[in-house]
Amino acid sequence: MKKIVILGATSGIAVEVERVLARQGNELLLVGRSVQRLAELQADLLIRGAKSVATYAADLASIQQHAVVFDFVRRILPGYDTVLLAYGSMRDQKESETSVDVLLDELQVNFVSATAILTLVAADLEQRRTGCIAAITSVAGDRGRRSNYIYGSAKGALSLFLQGLRSRLHPAGVRVITIKPGPVQTSMTDPMPNSARFADPEQVARDIVRALERRSPDVLYTPRIWRYIMSGVRQIPETIFKRLSF
Amino acid sequence: MPGQSATALRKQTAALPPTTQILSWGRYPKTAHAKVHRPAWNDQVPEILQTAAPDSLLPYGLGRSYGDSCLNAGRELIDCKRLNRILGFDELSGMLRCEGGVSLSDIIDVFLPKGWFLPVTPGTRFVTVGGAIANDVHGKNHHCAGTFGSHVRQIALHRSSDGLVACSSNENADMLRATIGGLGLTGVIAWADIQLKRVAGPWIDADLVPFQSLSSFLDLSRESDGRFEYTVAWLDCFSGKNLRGIFFRGNHAANSGKEFHSKRGPKMPFALPAWMLNRYSVKAFNNTYYRLHARKTGATVLPYDSFFYPLDSIRQWNLLYGKRGFLQYQCVIPETNLAAVVELLDRIARSGMGSFLGVLKQFGSAPSAGMLSFPRPGLTIALDFAMRGERTLQLMQSLDEIVKQSGGALYPAKDARMSPALFEASFPRWRSFVPYIDPKMSSSFWRRVTGAH
Repeated sequence: MKKIVILGATSGIAVEVERVLARQGNELLLVGRSVQRLAELQADLLIRGAKSVATYAADLASIQQHAVVFDFVRRILPGYDTVLLAYGSMRDQKESETSVDVLLDELQVNFVSATAILTLVAADLEQRRTGCIAAITSVAGDRGRRSNYIYGSAKGALSLFLQGLRSRLHPAGVRVITIKPGPVQTSMTDPMPNSARFADPEQVARDIVRALERRSPDVLYTPRIWRYIMSGVRQIPETIFKRLSF
Repeated sequence: MPGQSATALRKQTAALPPTTQILSWGRYPKTAHAKVHRPAWNDQVPEILQTAAPDSLLPYGLGRSYGDSCLNAGRELIDCKRLNRILGFDELSGMLRCEGGVSLSDIIDVFLPKGWFLPVTPGTRFVTVGGAIANDVHGKNHHCAGTFGSHVRQIALHRSSDGLVACSSNENADMLRATIGGLGLTGVIAWADIQLKRVAGPWIDADLVPFQSLSSFLDLSRESDGRFEYTVAWLDCFSGKNLRGIFFRGNHAANSGKEFHSKRGPKMPFALPAWMLNRYSVKAFNNTYYRLHARKTGATVLPYDSFFYPLDSIRQWNLLYGKRGFLQYQCVIPETNLAAVVELLDRIARSGMGSFLGVLKQFGSAPSAGMLSFPRPGLTIALDFAMRGERTLQLMQSLDEIVKQSGGALYPAKDARMSPALFEASFPRWRSFVPYIDPKMSSSFWRRVTGAH
C-alpha cells in the first residue's frame, strides 16, 4: 500500500494511472485545476477501490500557489511516499513559434513550474531519506524536431533536470523516475494527425505503475518500443536530421 | 450496387475534407466522418453541442451496433469512451450512477466481486451504458426482466438548447422514454442511474438441451420460462425445415466458493480472407458445433463470461468475415405467425449464405421502456451474413418481405439496409418520437430510413 500524490491529476495519462492505483487499494492525493473534475474523479476512484482520495484544486503553472499546495500535501497525506508529476501542455507549434507569450507559457507550464514544485518535494523527501519522485516528460525531449521543438525543448529540459535530481537524491535513497511516453491517445494529442494510431493510455498507465513499484528503471520509455526508436533517432547525424521534416 | 459503390465510396472519401474512418461492428458500410470529438469530461460536452451545425452530431460509444445506427457519414461523431467515470453506488440498494461512456464490462469488473450484476446484458460486454440505453438492448432474461431501459431510473441528458436535463419517471418522463431506444438522437447521456441486481457469485447453473424442430423449441422455451432466468437457443441455419439447435438455459448459481479466474482470449489479428468462409466450411462448423454440444447436454456449472459472452472470448471476431464485413439480420416475428419463421429459416438454408451465428429467443410480454424499443412479444431470430455484394442484399430483401407480411419488425441496432417502408412497418409510431430529437443530432441510419436531412 502506498501514499501517492498526483500533480496534474486530471490529465489524460494521470486518470488512467489513478485507476490502476485505486484498484490496488492505495491512498491518493490529487491536485488539479477543476474542482468539478476532481470531485468526479474522487467518486470514481473510491468506488474502484482506493483506500482514500483527497483532492486540492490549484493551478500548478502558477508558482505562487506551490507553498499552499505543498502544505496541504504534508498535512493531509503525511508520510506520502510517491509523487507523480503528470501535467503538461502542448500548444500548436506554429503558435508557439510566432508568439513569445505562448512560448513562455509553454516553458512555464512544462519546465519552470515543474522544477519549482519538484524542488519543494525533493527537499522534503531528501530529509526523510525515502520515497520516489516520478515525472512525465516525453520522447519529444530526446531530439529537437522542426514540428514540435518548443514542447520538446521544455520536456527535454525537464528530463535533464530529473537526471541531475536523481544523482543528487541517490545518496538519500530517494528514487527519481523519468517517464518518457511516445504519442498517447489523450485530449492533448487529439489535434495531431494519425492520433488514432497512438498508444492506448491504459497500457501506458500499467507501464508507469509497474515502474513505480520496482527498483528500476530510472528512465521509462512507454510503450517500450520507443526506447529503441529513440536510440535510433538520436544516432542520426545533425547534418541529415536538420533536413528531415517530421 | 455494392460493387460499384465501393469505388464510388472511395471517390467520395477522397473528396471530403480531412476525415476519420470509424466503422460499426459489421464493418459495413465503410463510412468516413468529417470530425470526431473526444470529450474527456462532461463539462466539455455543452460547448461541442452549442458550436455544432444543425443535424451534424451523433454520440458514439464502443461501436458495437452492427450497421449504420452508430454512424454519421460525412458529419461528426462525439466519441463518449472517455466519459467513463462511476459517480456513485449505494451498497444497500444496488443503485449505480455512472457516466454514459462506462462499459458494461467495467461495471462487471467493479461490482461482480461485490455481489452485484447487470440487470440485463446483451451478448457482448463491450458496449457502453449510453449505447445500451440508446438501443434499449435485451438479453437472455428478457422474459423475466424486460429490456435494459426498464432498469434505468434516471438520466441526465446534454441537450443543445436546454443544457443538462434530468429525466426520470417523475420529471421529463417522455424525454426518458424517447432516449431509451432513441438511437442517440435525443442528446448525449451525461450519466444514468441503473438498478443492479444481487447475485451470489460469478457462476451460472446452466443446462443444455438439443432440439430438432420449431415446436420442440417452443415447448422447451415455454417450459423453461418459469424455471430459468436466462434462455436462448443457438440455431443451425443450414438445417432449414429440419430445424435443429441447442437450447441454453440457466440461473445464477449459489456461491460455490470455487475460485474464479477470468480469461483473456485470443484476438483476431487481421481480416480473414473472404474465401475461407463458404457454405462448406460454415456447414462443417455448424455440424461440429451441434455435435459437440449435443454430446455434453445436461446440467453444468459455467463461469458467467462463457455463458453470457462466448463471442467476447475472441476479440475482434468481426474480422472473421473479411474485409468487406458482414450484416446481421435480427427480426422479431409474432407467435401467431410461426409459418413465417419456418419460411424465413427455409429461405436462408436454401440460399446457402447463412453463417454460424444463428440465435433464436422467445421474447417476454413485458412492454419495452422506450418509444422506439425493438423487443415485443414474439420470436426473435438473429443471423449473420458475410457481405458478398448484391446477392447478400437481395437475400435480405426477400427476408424483409416475410417479416413485413408476418407483422414483425427489424432491429435498428443490427441494420445497415432496411427500407423506409419496413422501418415504418416496424415502428409505426416513429413520427411521435421526432419532436424529441435534438436539433443538432442526426445519424446515417435515421436519414436512410426516414428521409430526414
